[in-house]
Amino acid sequence: MTLTVKMETKELSVFYKSFQAIHAVSMPMYENKVTAIIGPSGCGKSTFLRALNRMNDLVPGSRVTGEVILDGGNIYDQGKDVVEVRRRVGMVFQRPNPFPMSIYDNVAFGPRLYGLRKKALLDELVEKSLRGAALWDEVKDKLSQSGMALSGGQQQRLCIARAIAIQPEVILMDEPASALDPVATLRIEELIGTMKQWFTIVIVTHNMQQAARISDYTAFLLMNEERAGELIEFSGTEALFTRPKDKRTEDYITGRFG
Amino acid sequence: MNTTIVTKRPRWQQQLRYKLQHGDRLWKLLLLLASISVVVLVLWIAWRLWDQSALSRHQFGWAFISPWAPSSWNPALDKFQAWPSIYGSLITSIIALLLAVPFSVGIAIFLAELAPPVLRAPLNYMVEMLAAVPSVVYGLWGIYVFLPLVVVPLGNALAATGGQLPLLGGLLKGPMPVSGLSRLGAALILTIMITPTIAAVSRDVLLAIPRSQREASLALGATQWETIWQVLIPYGLSGILGAVILGLGRAIGETMAVTMVIGNTTGGGNSILRPGYTMASIIANEFAEAVSDMHASALIEVGVVLFVVTLLLNALARWLVWSVNRKTMGS
Amino acid sequence: MQKDIFAQVDLPRVYRRRQLVNSVMLGLTGLFLVLAIIPLIWITVYVIIKGGHYINLDFFIHLPRPMGTSGGGVLQAIEGSFVMVIIASVIAIPPALLAAFYLVTAPNTPLATAVRFSTDLLAGIPSIVIGLFIYAIVVVTQKHYSALAGGIALSTIMLPVIIRSAEEMLKLVPRELREGALALGSPEWKAALRVMLPAAAEGILTGIMLSIARATGETAPLLFTALGNDNYEIGNMIRQGVRHHQSVLAILGQILDQPADALPLTLWKYAQQPYPERVQQAWAVALVLLLFVLTLNILARFWLSHRRRQLGE
Repeated sequence: MTLTVKMETKELSVFYKSFQAIHAVSMPMYENKVTAIIGPSGCGKSTFLRALNRMNDLVPGSRVTGEVILDGGNIYDQGKDVVEVRRRVGMVFQRPNPFPMSIYDNVAFGPRLYGLRKKALLDELVEKSLRGAALWDEVKDKLSQSGMALSGGQQQRLCIARAIAIQPEVILMDEPASALDPVATLRIEELIGTMKQWFTIVIVTHNMQQAARISDYTAFLLMNEERAGELIEFSGTEALFTRPKDKRTEDYITGRFG
Repeated sequence: MNTTIVTKRPRWQQQLRYKLQHGDRLWKLLLLLASISVVVLVLWIAWRLWDQSALSRHQFGWAFISPWAPSSWNPALDKFQAWPSIYGSLITSIIALLLAVPFSVGIAIFLAELAPPVLRAPLNYMVEMLAAVPSVVYGLWGIYVFLPLVVVPLGNALAATGGQLPLLGGLLKGPMPVSGLSRLGAALILTIMITPTIAAVSRDVLLAIPRSQREASLALGATQWETIWQVLIPYGLSGILGAVILGLGRAIGETMAVTMVIGNTTGGGNSILRPGYTMASIIANEFAEAVSDMHASALIEVGVVLFVVTLLLNALARWLVWSVNRKTMGS
Repeated sequence: MQKDIFAQVDLPRVYRRRQLVNSVMLGLTGLFLVLAIIPLIWITVYVIIKGGHYINLDFFIHLPRPMGTSGGGVLQAIEGSFVMVIIASVIAIPPALLAAFYLVTAPNTPLATAVRFSTDLLAGIPSIVIGLFIYAIVVVTQKHYSALAGGIALSTIMLPVIIRSAEEMLKLVPRELREGALALGSPEWKAALRVMLPAAAEGILTGIMLSIARATGETAPLLFTALGNDNYEIGNMIRQGVRHHQSVLAILGQILDQPADALPLTLWKYAQQPYPERVQQAWAVALVLLLFVLTLNILARFWLSHRRRQLGE
């Protein structure tokens, strides 16, 4: 299997009003691979991730320079439809945030937005998405129950099912297991391992062991003197954790700071 | 042993200390008394009104509030039946609610989700001010400005078009009084008056919804409107319903502005284009000049009905708002 | 996973439709707000123009002239409103604050729940019903209408407003402040009055201001408690009393015991009279009332948001 770049940032900087949160990050995200973003808290990992599907647009006073290339096109181009961007680049958040509606409706929410109304098609898609998120067997008999009634880990998998139901090409995950117990965390990690055969996955984590376990590539971000996040090192996960090229990466992964 | 304890403090300080601690008991008693009196006050209101309406209740029984009993409001004959004024309250409040709800929810959405930060504070102020204008001022403006300029032409147009319809026709039967004094006028003034109340509570409900709900929806590619309509409104639905019921309670209890524009007559049939009474306006208009004990008692019984209706509505509204708050905190 | 399920949908067309709906509906919410604000501006501007035209010094310092003649003022209404709001404040504020203290010091007792529920109910009872109640317990007992009865009716309106805002404000006082005072051995009442009350004073005051604004604009509870009185003039009553060598208490009793007028009551009566002079004066009264109520509201809210911001940071 050849390695293709699915998504790529070029000199990406993010500003909140006068404060610069991300400084000139350039890195690739390969198709059907898991790319992890690690770094100490406050280094802008989440901000970087949110720039990849323009979720930062929601923050008043935020501004982006540089490019985010998805399949050759800059998602920040004038006239680019943000709705289209978010359909192709899905997102899973730190805390499970299902809608207070039934499990079925949670998963069908996205597809319905895009005009999919036929019951049979939706049924099929909901099942496939729930299977994809390894939740089907647990909920297939209670699809009409509220999504809020599930356990934390199940809720997070429901959110994953909801995200993959719109059949995105890239899935962004913002510390998806940080609010979960170890067993649920393990299930999510396994799930990410299977999901990468269908999707390109970018995951932010503050847990280095997790990054080492599940990712193929790892990017290490660190604050510079102006407290803006900078890319210190990007390479294959194994290489980064065993033979870091940068002294600061080595300090971080050996636990000398952060 | 006891006698050997040495008192370190001078006697006057001990006395002061004793008195202060004694003061604590008095303080607690005061707090308790004040709190109990608030509860007692509500019970007292209920009991007093119930008691004072005895004459009327015994004389007329349930027929007093029945839609099917022959209606009559005749102080000369001491025969009273309250349905026309109950109908007036219901029809004006329901029309006001139907008109005010879309407006209020729209306003709440704009204030909570869309208003640019610079505009937010002044707009919120304006909505609050709208709720603060005294009822009589609305009434004065209603009589001399709103009725002739808006209600009369609107009423005439309705009578000319809707009045001809087979089913709705009865509700829209003309002629519209030239003064504009009518149930329609009251309903429209009520719309203006309850919109800020519903809007303000709904806005607070929307603002209390966690950000993660908005993010989840937008990340799926929903537009801002889809997020509002398909996620936020359902999430806050019971709270918004609470706001609506609060508005209904206000509309039913609203007195002065309605009394000034509704025309105050027990006739008027069912048409909204005709003058009428509401429960509040019949009390306001007649009680000070009640001609007999029975007349006064009947008016107080109308007050009892009003009390019970607003009590139920308020309890329901509080419960709905409370349940949405609990849900918000739970997640 | 097969990726062609959306091939069944004309995506660009769906996008266009959704964006259109989005713009239209969002625009509509803004339009609704503008439409709702129109009455506010309409009323305010109209009242200012109409009322400003008829307002003059006489208006504030003279009693009404006989019907059908021009001139005269509404001194009786200004004084009546003033007296009744003072009575209402004196009656409502102490128990309201005490109840609020109870709610913050014992927030979870059954009594606290009952008090909160009663407060909500009290705020929801139509003011005309409050008027009936006060008629039944005060006017019937006294056998005549009076400023006192009007003041008591207004106090019933103010009570829940003050309890609610005072409770909210006292809750904002940091717990450590009160516990610190108690730990130093100061008695409960001292901690409350010397520590919590000053800390929450501004917020409580704004709540009281709002309740006064509300009471000043209320008409319905006064209709059959204060009734109205064209000759309610405190100055006259005092002069009369002094001439007859009455005691201060007796004069005060006179002031409380007479039927009284109030600004909204006067507005209501004048608005429905066939004499144009009276209607003009109604507009002038509306102007005074509106300015008073809106100013109090704006001041209170401005002060409050300022204070909240201070506490928040």
